Amino acid sequence: MKTAVIQFPGSNCDRDAVHAFSGALGQTARLIWHKETSLDDAELVVLPGGFSFGDYLRCGAIARFSPIMRAVGEFADNGGVVLGICNGFQVLCEAGLLPGALIRNECLEFRCRTVELRVEDAGPFFNRERLGERLLVPVAHGEGNYLIDPEGLEALRRNEQILFRYLPRNSGPSLLENPNGSIDDIAGIRNRRGNVFGMMPHPERAVEAFHPSRDGIPVLKAVLAAAAGTRPEVGV
Amino acid sequence: MGTARVSFFGDVKITVFVTPKKNVLDPQGAAVAHAMTSLGFQNLKNVRMGKVIELELDGEPDEAFNASVDKICRDLLSNPVIEDYRWAIEPTGA
Repeated sequence: MKTAVIQFPGSNCDRDAVHAFSGALGQTARLIWHKETSLDDAELVVLPGGFSFGDYLRCGAIARFSPIMRAVGEFADNGGVVLGICNGFQVLCEAGLLPGALIRNECLEFRCRTVELRVEDAGPFFNRERLGERLLVPVAHGEGNYLIDPEGLEALRRNEQILFRYLPRNSGPSLLENPNGSIDDIAGIRNRRGNVFGMMPHPERAVEAFHPSRDGIPVLKAVLAAAAGTRPEVGV
Repeated sequence: MGTARVSFFGDVKITVFVTPKKNVLDPQGAAVAHAMTSLGFQNLKNVRMGKVIELELDGEPDEAFNASVDKICRDLLSNPVIEDYRWAIEPTGA
């Protein structure tokens, strides 16, 4: 799977994402600078974590207007699979490719720790066989508090668009629980069509023996499976 | 360019106020409220924190101008999912 990882000024998980897809998962992965206007022959697009444009104005608000984002929008419109991790999730929400928004953590702290995720409803392909499973995946963000209006939340539930939830607060070891106050403990979602995915936790930081876990591998494999199932005709 | 601009105001300053929507949790405002209360500030009911963005530009405050300011407020300066905006205009360099 030819994977394009978009590199914005201030991205800092871009190389981790390339490593996860190319090293740990054996795919072809490369960086594309945000000033580019074409994704070339990419079959999967990843918007990585970091602090694009210094998080100025709002997280992801400026990156969504980078030249490459027009191509990313067209790629998604054509059914191409896009994964946004952390800042990438924020960019996708700002760009309107995913519903809702990510605001300041309720605790006001930057939270950098490994949390427990439950694999939730997730459409026909995304982690379907792992529903209910618990994963340990790192988070590192100050603004990961997912917010959506009641109608939007109801639609996410109804359409099985919630990919992962944090453990609810006061349900277990507190360091493993919802780190940011996210509504309905949402850690990751997809769009209704099922080709745009966003999550605050970092699966690309959970692929090696020296990482806190290797639970990112099945997550990224699910993204690859989605891309293999729904990618647009790659005739270029 | 070559043509003289017929301008009601000439150079103007626009102040954009971006605030969290009424029903959106505002953790920063809550923290500031907590600090104010602990400093003994009386009768505080609520604190909401937003942003003030000042723009200096050259323009005529006609319908198209207003529409262009509204558009940039919606597209970039605020996120309509979580924020409201309003703006005020005043002449500069008078």
